[in-house]
Amino acid sequence: MTTIAAPAEEAAAPAPRKSSAWIGALKSPSVVIGAAIILIIAALSIMAPALGTIDPAEINPAFRNKKPGAERTIRNDDGTQTKFEHRFGTDSLGRDVYSRVIYGGRVSLIIGITVATLSIFIGLIIGMVAGYIRWLDGFIMRIMDGLMAIPAILLAMGVVSLSRAGLTAVVIAILIPEVPRVVRLVRAIVLSIREEPYVEAAITLGTPTPILLFRHVLPNTIAPLIVQATFICASAILVEAILSFLGIGIPPDVPTWGNIMAEGRSLFRVYPHNILYPGIFLAIAVLAINMLGDGLRDTLDPRFAKRV
Amino acid sequence: MLSPASRTVLDVRNMTVKLPPGADRPHAVEDINITVKAGEIVCVVGESGSGKSVTSFNVMGLLPRGLKTTQGEILLEGEDILKASKERLRDLRGTRMAMIFQEPMTALNPVMRVGEQIAEVLQIHTDMSRADRRKRVLEMLNLVHLPDPERLIDAYPHQVSGGQRQRIMIAAALSLDPALLIADEPTTALDVTTQARILKLVREMQERRGTGVLFITHDFGVVAEIADRVVVMQKGRVVEQGTRDEILRRPREPYTKMLIAAVPSLKPPPATKATGAVMLSAHDLSKTYGKKTFLFGRGRVVHAVKSVNIEVRRGETLGIVGESGSGKSTVARCISRLIEPTGGKIEIAGQDMSKLTASGLRDLRRSVQVVFQDPYRSLNPRRPIGASIIEGPVNFGLSKAEAVKRARKLMVDVGLSADALDRYPHQFSGGQRQRICIARALAMEPVLLIGDEPVSALDVSVQAQVLELLAEVKKKFDLALLFITHDLRVAAQICDRVAVMKQGEIVEQGPTEALFANPQHPYTRELFEAAPGRSYMETVDAA
Amino acid sequence: MFAYILRRLAATIPVMLVVAVLVFLMLRLTPADPAAIIAGDNANAEQVAEIRKRLGLDQPIMTQFAIWVTKLAQGDLGESFFFKKQVVELIADRLEPTVSLAVLTIIIAAMIAIPLGVIAAYKQGSWLDRIVMGFSVLGFSVPVFVIGYLLIYVFAIQLNWFPVQGYQRLSQGFGGWLQRLILPAFTLSVIYVALIARMTRTSVLEVMNEDYIRTARAKGQTEMKVLVRHALANAAVPIVTVVGLGIALLIGGVVVTESVYTIPGLGRLTVDAVLARDYPTIQAVILLFSLVYVVINLAVDLTYTIFDPRIRY
Repeated sequence: MTTIAAPAEEAAAPAPRKSSAWIGALKSPSVVIGAAIILIIAALSIMAPALGTIDPAEINPAFRNKKPGAERTIRNDDGTQTKFEHRFGTDSLGRDVYSRVIYGGRVSLIIGITVATLSIFIGLIIGMVAGYIRWLDGFIMRIMDGLMAIPAILLAMGVVSLSRAGLTAVVIAILIPEVPRVVRLVRAIVLSIREEPYVEAAITLGTPTPILLFRHVLPNTIAPLIVQATFICASAILVEAILSFLGIGIPPDVPTWGNIMAEGRSLFRVYPHNILYPGIFLAIAVLAINMLGDGLRDTLDPRFAKRV
Repeated sequence: MLSPASRTVLDVRNMTVKLPPGADRPHAVEDINITVKAGEIVCVVGESGSGKSVTSFNVMGLLPRGLKTTQGEILLEGEDILKASKERLRDLRGTRMAMIFQEPMTALNPVMRVGEQIAEVLQIHTDMSRADRRKRVLEMLNLVHLPDPERLIDAYPHQVSGGQRQRIMIAAALSLDPALLIADEPTTALDVTTQARILKLVREMQERRGTGVLFITHDFGVVAEIADRVVVMQKGRVVEQGTRDEILRRPREPYTKMLIAAVPSLKPPPATKATGAVMLSAHDLSKTYGKKTFLFGRGRVVHAVKSVNIEVRRGETLGIVGESGSGKSTVARCISRLIEPTGGKIEIAGQDMSKLTASGLRDLRRSVQVVFQDPYRSLNPRRPIGASIIEGPVNFGLSKAEAVKRARKLMVDVGLSADALDRYPHQFSGGQRQRICIARALAMEPVLLIGDEPVSALDVSVQAQVLELLAEVKKKFDLALLFITHDLRVAAQICDRVAVMKQGEIVEQGPTEALFANPQHPYTRELFEAAPGRSYMETVDAA
Repeated sequence: MFAYILRRLAATIPVMLVVAVLVFLMLRLTPADPAAIIAGDNANAEQVAEIRKRLGLDQPIMTQFAIWVTKLAQGDLGESFFFKKQVVELIADRLEPTVSLAVLTIIIAAMIAIPLGVIAAYKQGSWLDRIVMGFSVLGFSVPVFVIGYLLIYVFAIQLNWFPVQGYQRLSQGFGGWLQRLILPAFTLSVIYVALIARMTRTSVLEVMNEDYIRTARAKGQTEMKVLVRHALANAAVPIVTVVGLGIALLIGGVVVTESVYTIPGLGRLTVDAVLARDYPTIQAVILLFSLVYVVINLAVDLTYTIFDPRIRY
C-alpha cells in the first residue's frame, strides 16, 4: 500500500470559514443599527419606571386632552408638590401619553418575541415532519395551504373574536397565521437538503432518520429561521398594533401603542399627538427589526428566506 | 491547412488581469500572449483555475465585476479593444467577434423564440427589415444543419435538445460573419456523441468562412480533434504554446507532459479474469417512474432502467458506461438502496435484498458503500471530516475511540495525513475530498464499493491519481467495485469488464479488452467513434 | 389550455374545503350559544330551542357541516346576529367601496413599484438603489393607519386638497368617487409598493446573473434592452406571483384603511362584526376574502403561461 502517491495537489483554503458568515453579519451596518435601536427600545421599556414616567393607567379627568409640554402640579403623599411635565400631552381621559408610550413598548416587544419564538418552534417541528415523512406531507400541507388562504389579519381577527380579549388570545391569534409560513420554509429546506449527496451518503452509512435530521438537516435551517424570526417579530408587533387600534386586541386600559392610537382616533384633528408619538415609536421599532432581518438575510444568505 | 500569409485576427499582448484583494493569488492571468490568425483554431487548454476563461471573457469585454485589466493590449484586427469605448465595444460584439458558451441549456433566453434570438444580432447591428432578418435566420439554421428550420425558428429553447441549442448559439454567433469566434468549453456539457457533431460543425464553419477561433477547453481529446495551435495555461500563466503536433507529440514543459500523460488511454491494459465470489448480482433490475394521474392529467411512465442483469465478483471492477439519461446512475442508486427498484432481484454477497427486514436491510447497507460524483457536496460542510468518516462505524456500534483509530489508519491509506481529521471539507481540494469520501466508504468495511462518476468533476491530473487510488484500494481490501462513468477512457483504465447502457438497457457487456477491441453493438461503436481525438491520441500513445 | 384551467381549478377545491372546515369549526368553538344570542335577552327557553332547531344546531356535527356547506353552495350565508339581516345582502351592500379601493390601489402600486424595482436593480448599489430599498423597508414598517392619518393630516387637514373621510358611490359621479378614494388608495398602496418594488429588484438582479444575459451582451445588445427584453421578461413570473400573494396584505390593509377613512366597505363590516361577535358575518367575510385570494392567485397562475412558454398546460 506504500505505492499510493501522496496527492500532488495542495490543500485549498487554509482559514476555516466556519463562522465567518456570522462575523460578517456583525459587520453589516443594517444589522448593527437595527440591533442597536432594538436594544435601546428594549432598555426604555424595561426601565420605564425610572424614566420620569407616572402610572400609565392613572386617569385625571381634570387634565384631559392637553397638548405636549403641558405642566401639572402633582401632590405627593407627604404633602409636598412637584411639577410634572406631560411631554407628549395627555389623552381624553387625562392619562400621560409619554408614560403610556414608554410602557407600551413592553407589550409590543413581548408579543413580537413570543410569537416569533413559538411560531419558529412549532413550524420547525411540523415542517420537519412534513419534509421527511412523505405520507404525512400531503395532509399537513393541505391544512397549511388552507390556513394560508385566509389573509393573516382576518384569521387573527377571527381567532380573537372567539375568546375574551387578552394577551394570550392576541398572541395565539397572531401566531396561527405565521406558523404555516414557517412550515413551508422548513419543508422547502428539508426537501432541498435531503437531495444533497452528503445526506445520501449518511443514509448509506446507516444513520437513523432522527439523527440524520438532527445532525445533517437541522443545522441548515438555523440561519434562514433566524432571519424569518425577525420578520415574524416585526409583523407580529404590527398586527398587534392593528388589532388594538381596531379595538379588538389587548383591553384598552393596558397601555400599548395600538391602544393609545385607538384612543386618539376620535380627536385626531385637534390632538394629532396621540397618534403621532406612539406611531413614531411603533414605526421605529418595526423598522429596526426589519433592518436587522434584512441585514442578517443578506449576510447569512439563506436562499429561502423571503417575505410574504 | 492555413497559408502563412494569413492575417492576424486576434493579438493578445502581455495581458495581465488583477484579481480582487483577498483572492488566493494576485492575478487572474499574468502576461498572456496569444495570437489567432484567420482560418485558424487556437485551443487554450488548462485545468480549473488556469485563467483560460478569464482570458476569453476579457477579449469580449465581458470581464466579471471585480476583475481589472492592469496591463497589455488586446488587438482585434489591429484595434485595441481595451481602449475602445463601451459603444464601440458593443458595435464589435456580434459583428467582428462573437462567443459561444459552455452551457447551451442556460445560454439561450428561455422566454424568447429561437429565431428571435438569432435575429437579435441582425436587429442590433443592421437595418435589415423584419422579413429579411427572418430569411437570414432560416439560412443560418440551414447552415448549421438544424432539421426543419421552418418549424424550429418559432420554437422556444426548452423545446430543442442540448446539441441543437449549441447549434443555434453557433448560428447566432456567426450570422454576421465575425472575424473571431470565441468558444468557451462549448462541448463540455454535452454527451460525447453530440460533442463529436458540434466539433465537426465548428471545424466546418471555420473552414468555410475563414473565421479565427479561440477555443477554450480542458480536454486533450478535443484539442487533438480540432486544434491548429495549442496554448497551455496553468495558474494564470501561459506554460507553453505551439502547433498541435509540437504540444501533443513533443511537449517541452513538465506540466504539459504531465497533463498529456494523465489523459487515460482508450487502450485498456491487459486484465486477469476475476475468480472471487460473486458479491453483487442483479437480475432483471427495473425502475420505472410513473406520473400519477389526477383528474385531467395524462399519466406517463418512464422506464429509467429496463431489466438490467449484472454481476460483480470480489476483486473485480465492472464499469457501467453510458451517456446522460442512460439510467446508469439509477442502477447504482437502486443497488445502494437510495431508491427502491420497481422490479427484479438484487443479491449482495448472496443475500436477497428484497427478502430482508428493515433492520436486515440496514445491516446490509454497510456492505454497500458509494462514492458520489460531486466532491464539493458529498461531505457535510459543517462537520469536520473525521466526524463524517466515523459516522458509519459508530452507527453500527463501534466505540468512538475505535472508530477514530480506524479513521486515522484509513486517512493514511488514501494518501492523506491522519492529523487532518479535525479539518473541515472546505480546507481540502476536490481530489482530496474524493479521497476522504473513499476513506468514509472504506470505514464501513464494505464488500461492494460503488463509484457514481467519482472522477468526472476532477481535473485530469487529479483524476488519474484518484483512479489509481481506487484500483489499489480495491486490491488491498479485496472489494467488488461497480464503476459508473460516461467516459470511455476512464472505463478503459479501471474496469475489468464493461457494460454499455443506452435508454435504460444494457446493449452490450463483456471484458474491457475484448469489448474495446471489437465493439459489437452499433451504439457502442458510435460511442467509440465519437471519443474526441481518438485516432490522433492513439498515435500519441504509441509514441 | 382548457384542461389546464380545469386542473388548476380542481386543485383549489381542497384548499377551499380546508378553509370551509376551519371557518365552520370557528362557530363550534364559540363560547356563547348562537341561538341564545339571536333570541335576545327576553326570550324563554322554548324560543331558544326553537331557534336552535331552525339553525340545525341540535343535529350531529357532521350533519351540521353538510347542511352549512349545502346552504353555502346555494348562496345562503345565514342571518347576521347583529344587523338582523341576511349576510348576503350585507355583503352585497358593502362590496362596491372595497372593490373600488382595492382595484385603484393595485393600479397605483404596480405603476409605481415595477419601474422603481427595475431602476433599483439597474443601478444596483447606487444611492438611487439605496433610497428605493430604504423606502421599501420603511413601507413594511410603518403601520397602515399611521400612514393614513399622516396623509389625512397633511393633504386633507393642512392643505385641504381632499375630503377628510367618507365615501361616495360611483353612481353619484366619478369625480367625487375618485376624490374620496385617492388618499385611501395611496395609503393602502404603500406596503404593496414596498413589496412589489423589492421583489422586482430581487428577481431582475437574479436574472441578471443568468447565462443568457451574458449571451445578449456578447451579441452587442445595449444595457437598457438587455434589462427590459431579457431580464424583465424573465423576472415576470416572480413579480406577478408576489402581486398575487400580496393580495393577502392588501386585504388586511383594507380592513384598517376603511376604518381610518370611514369607508362603508367589507373591511368595516368585518371590524363591526368582530366587535359584536356576529359569527355568521365573520364567517362569511373570512370565506369571501379567502375565496377572492385563492381565485386571484389561481388567475395569477394561469398568467404564467403567457410569461413563460416553459410552463405547459
